[in-house]
Amino acid sequence: MDALVAQLQMQYRNYTVSLYQQGFLDDQFTELKKLQDDASPDFVAEVLSLFFEDCVKLIGNMARALDQTGTVDFSQVGASVHQLKGSSSSVGAKRVKGLCITFKEYCEANNYEGCVRCLQQVDIEFKALQTKLQDMFNLEKQIIQAGGKVPQVDIN
Amino acid sequence: MAVGEVMRMEIPSGGDMSVTSPELHVLAVDDSIVDRKVIERLLRISACKVTTVESGARALQYLGLDGDKGASGLKDLKVNLIVTDYSMPGLTGYDLLKKIKESSVFREIPVVIMSSENILPRIEQCLREGAEDFLLKPVKLADVKRIKELIMRNEAEDCKTLSHSNKRKLAEYIDDAPSPSPSPSSSTHDDSSAKDFPSSKQMKSADEKFSSLL
Repeated sequence: MDALVAQLQMQYRNYTVSLYQQGFLDDQFTELKKLQDDASPDFVAEVLSLFFEDCVKLIGNMARALDQTGTVDFSQVGASVHQLKGSSSSVGAKRVKGLCITFKEYCEANNYEGCVRCLQQVDIEFKALQTKLQDMFNLEKQIIQAGGKVPQVDIN
Repeated sequence: MAVGEVMRMEIPSGGDMSVTSPELHVLAVDDSIVDRKVIERLLRISACKVTTVESGARALQYLGLDGDKGASGLKDLKVNLIVTDYSMPGLTGYDLLKKIKESSVFREIPVVIMSSENILPRIEQCLREGAEDFLLKPVKLADVKRIKELIMRNEAEDCKTLSHSNKRKLAEYIDDAPSPSPSPSSSTHDDSSAKDFPSSKQMKSADEKFSSLL
């Protein structure tokens, strides 16, 4: 039992560290973990769930705004990008946030192709993060089911 | 009525914060559901009571400042601090700040502005309008702790000054009146939550506040 727990914990540590190293997550995600405790054990998962719902909603808005035959209202697209940038920043979704910065610049430049490219990338990126985090949360569950505790992972 | 009993928050007159920990009631305003969830948690974990609303209009409604008389009963839900996002559709955080500072009832409530954009003129504008502080998003636990300490310190100063001025008043009262005997029927605890006490807290100049952000 202990050997299994130790193995899972090591897997978890390595996986978490890789998410930071590959730029999926940043410091702010670490900050969110600080807010999780035995009284609120699912806080991080809950916030991320809200974030992913937000992604779907905002990406939908952006797609609709970019789909206007005729003149595209780039400020409308930009407004949704700004919101996504904000929420991705608040949860530590580093890659999504980075894309939003680029996306915002394309909006300000009224660059249609740039915007469409960013929209596609943002969609891919948030889904990739969602999958990665799901794997991470699953590892946490496995550790707990094996009778162990989820280790605090020191990124530095 | 006992002079000196009336305080906005129950802080021991010695100013020792470690004895009792009064709960701040914070009104958090943000149009982002993600940010609302995070700020709520940050505040709760810092031992604050939290009410979150999604817009400046809803904040005014909650405070009873929207002209709708129906909300006047909410005065008992003392708000000790308002934390608001700057960029919101409709009423911005700045607009909300102005409305609060224009209100005779609520202008003493400290307002903290949050923004994802580090725009100096914006920060200056908010501080000039009377904002207590300006937080750059994403907000961290250390930011909330700092704000809470700042607010608690200000409240303690207010109460100390209050208790000083009340001690003077009490001394005058004792001089004027025959020796007072305690009245068994009346309650000595005055519900003054709605009263507006003169605050001796000096509003720092924008420059003074601003320099701490540099």
